[in-house]
Amino acid sequence: MARTVLPFGPQHPVLPEPLHLTLSIEDEIVKEAIPKLGYVHRGLEKLAEIRDHNQMIYIVERVCGICSCLHALCYCQGIEKLMGLEVPERARYLRTIWAEMHRIHSHLLWLGLFADAFGFESLFMQFWRIRERIMDLQEETAGNRVILSVNQVGGVRRDISDEAAKWIQDTITIVEKELLQLKSTILDDSTVKIRTVGKGILTKEKAYELGAAGPTLRGSGIAQDMRQTGYAAYSELDFAPVVETDGDCYARTAVRFKEALQSIDLLRQCFAKIPQGELSVKPKGLPTGEVVSRVEQPRGECLYYIRGAGKKFLERVRIRTPTFANIPPLLEMLPGCDLADVPILILTIDPCISCTER
Amino acid sequence: MIDSSVGVTEENTAEVRPDEVITQSRVLKDEGFRFITMSSTELEDSVCVLYHFDKDLELRNLKVHVPKGSKISSVASVYSCAFLVENEIKEHFGVEFDGIPLDFQGMLYSDEEVQKTPFCNIGIKRA
Repeated sequence: MARTVLPFGPQHPVLPEPLHLTLSIEDEIVKEAIPKLGYVHRGLEKLAEIRDHNQMIYIVERVCGICSCLHALCYCQGIEKLMGLEVPERARYLRTIWAEMHRIHSHLLWLGLFADAFGFESLFMQFWRIRERIMDLQEETAGNRVILSVNQVGGVRRDISDEAAKWIQDTITIVEKELLQLKSTILDDSTVKIRTVGKGILTKEKAYELGAAGPTLRGSGIAQDMRQTGYAAYSELDFAPVVETDGDCYARTAVRFKEALQSIDLLRQCFAKIPQGELSVKPKGLPTGEVVSRVEQPRGECLYYIRGAGKKFLERVRIRTPTFANIPPLLEMLPGCDLADVPILILTIDPCISCTER
Repeated sequence: MIDSSVGVTEENTAEVRPDEVITQSRVLKDEGFRFITMSSTELEDSVCVLYHFDKDLELRNLKVHVPKGSKISSVASVYSCAFLVENEIKEHFGVEFDGIPLDFQGMLYSDEEVQKTPFCNIGIKRA
């Protein structure tokens, strides 16, 4: 059988973002996949040369529309390390609350898109309907639905009032109830399982060797999550990574669904423990030295390398996003799969090309 | 508790020569470290390349100074996933990596019309 070369993307009905893969196929079985990036490359890292370290917060928030708050958190933690700042306890809890709200809305967005990809329209609408409740919480507490500009060097800009805290807790109880109603559909329905079980298997060894991140890593049986380091308020919360062992599309789906429920639990723990106090400390001096800062975004581990020389402008801001890490594992998963399963496999790494290209 | 924001210090970073990168990476791989990514910074006459590794959330770095426009061996022979970030650094900073299994020839992001490395202030013209 002769090989056929098929361009997949950059525009494709199931992928809202421009990822291009050159697929070599034989009899509708993928033999090789080669990626091509560059459709939304913005050179945001370069802006560190002409924007000062405080202005860079607004830029890193725009690396990704889905996990904006976590990019800023990762960046601010790095700058705080360079400046020797100790963030107030209440600010650490507030950062955790917004981070977990972000994780819920990201996972619900993905679960909806995933359902849509295999033609389960009503499930897609249900997940997105539930997600709207979280978007409302974000808008009310941070002033925006998506770009949450709450982090600053030394703490946070905004507080969450007692009334808002009660509203959030009431809302996440409803979200939890509604999610549990969908659990049997997303995890037990035969039509979902036909499209996901045994598809796109990434073994534990390969996931580790190829540097997979986030649910892609944990879906292959590796219990690694940057939240285990205890940044923000995670050291004071009862937390263990969600792990599945099969390494297939179903496992990665299950990890994200369970993580959304886990985030609800983490939010409850935060509201039970959050102390009163200051929201930020005033930074003094300018960032000096080199630091590597890591946080767990919904898609996985995000890394910032920041280098400052005691000047207003940083010498370097380097961003490694989780999707960038998950491209080599994706190229490992694709050979051997049916052409019809390619969109599903790509979606299970939760690709964010805007993040990847920066 | 492990700190998620770690300074690049003598404790977690080994400064190596360009010809030692492969052997040092192999040592780390044998110790169970996974490859996270690489970072690069333009200095006056060289590019500082940092290799980041992780084992049980502990960060380890290798630091190497590569003279501008010169070559260094690709670590993709040790960590195959490194090919993507090596292509990025090649395109943005002009560092040539010998033996990248999938070489985009400096066009991972940009097109042929881009003739200089965009992340270097003194751009190096593509070969």
